[in-house]
Amino acid sequence: MSEATTTPAVQTPGVASATAPPSVLQIFVEFLLIGATSFGGGVVAYLRNSLVTKRAWLDDKSFVELLAISQSLPGLNSTNMAILVGDRLRGWMGALVGFIGICLPGGLLMYAVGMVYHEHGDHPLATAMLKGVAAAAVGLILATAVQLSKKSLDHKADPVFVIITILGVNRLHLSVLTVLLAVGLIATLYYRPGVTRPKSAEART
Amino acid sequence: MKELPALARVFAYLSLLTVGGGMAAFPEMKILTVEVHHWLTFPQLVHLYSVGQLAPGPNMMMIVAIGEWAAGLIGAIVVVIAFFGPTGLLALLVGRLWNKLTKWPWRKSIQEGLAPVSIGLLLAGCFTFARGAVTGFDTAAIAVGTLLVLLKYKINPALLVLGAAILGAFSF
Repeated sequence: MSEATTTPAVQTPGVASATAPPSVLQIFVEFLLIGATSFGGGVVAYLRNSLVTKRAWLDDKSFVELLAISQSLPGLNSTNMAILVGDRLRGWMGALVGFIGICLPGGLLMYAVGMVYHEHGDHPLATAMLKGVAAAAVGLILATAVQLSKKSLDHKADPVFVIITILGVNRLHLSVLTVLLAVGLIATLYYRPGVTRPKSAEART
Repeated sequence: MKELPALARVFAYLSLLTVGGGMAAFPEMKILTVEVHHWLTFPQLVHLYSVGQLAPGPNMMMIVAIGEWAAGLIGAIVVVIAFFGPTGLLALLVGRLWNKLTKWPWRKSIQEGLAPVSIGLLLAGCFTFARGAVTGFDTAAIAVGTLLVLLKYKINPALLVLGAAILGAFSF
């Protein structure tokens, strides 16, 4: 507990805690807990449960707003969220400890896994298990793609952009950066301000 | 030690491609880490990514293992800073400017334009990945089975991946 506590970590009974922003240490511990318990992806759901529901450090509106920023920038949603939430609560120090907290448990685990795998990865049992794990990961990624499509694709032209992107990377073997910039630019111009594009059937209902 | 500049360069570049998630960078990650720099083999990359799905927290922490293999503990730290530094600073900056950006009419256009591109990149990454992971009827069955269960039931994906490991141990 070397943390310089300008804000008391434990509030005096009866004093409303909602107005006092959490200390840097509290932010670190909370993100460390999320980083250690958010098994199975979907870290965003864990973040919402912890930051909005449990701690009430953010209201739902701010959370959704920060999530929109995370999703429209490069970088993982989970780490972008840790940085944005940390910054909102305690400036750049909050952002830094939020980021370190959410990455540390998984990072340490993968460091250890990497070393063990390097030594014993060619063991027949390990190879057999990894074969199953990798196949399941394909199903997991496809499920994510389906769920994201339902949530974020609502225009008739969207499937065309999806297919052009896939063909650019997998068939034409263009670099991801080239495809991202080229198709991203075309799609952005297509959805330029002042033009209304037709919605897909599911989005209209 | 001589790998450190290359690790920093490669992972800083990859981080800028992670639009909509880490998988978007996977095709480029395969080319750079496997074919250009030979830090690991393609099957190893597929295995590390898959095991990474069982770890808590951000789902790309498997990059730590690549850094460790290429250049030890320092390599692992360099990779994390390179992979999260540029995008992290960008998030910090845009987060602070966001209120001004809400009035910028192109913001919505960029969001609507990037939505299908990021899903396309996710699928392109998935297909590259699948070339290493789906090698026959048995692995295809596990992949499709996992997909169907996840779409139909609310279940923690980590449990399914773990189940597939046990299934693999008994059948392959």
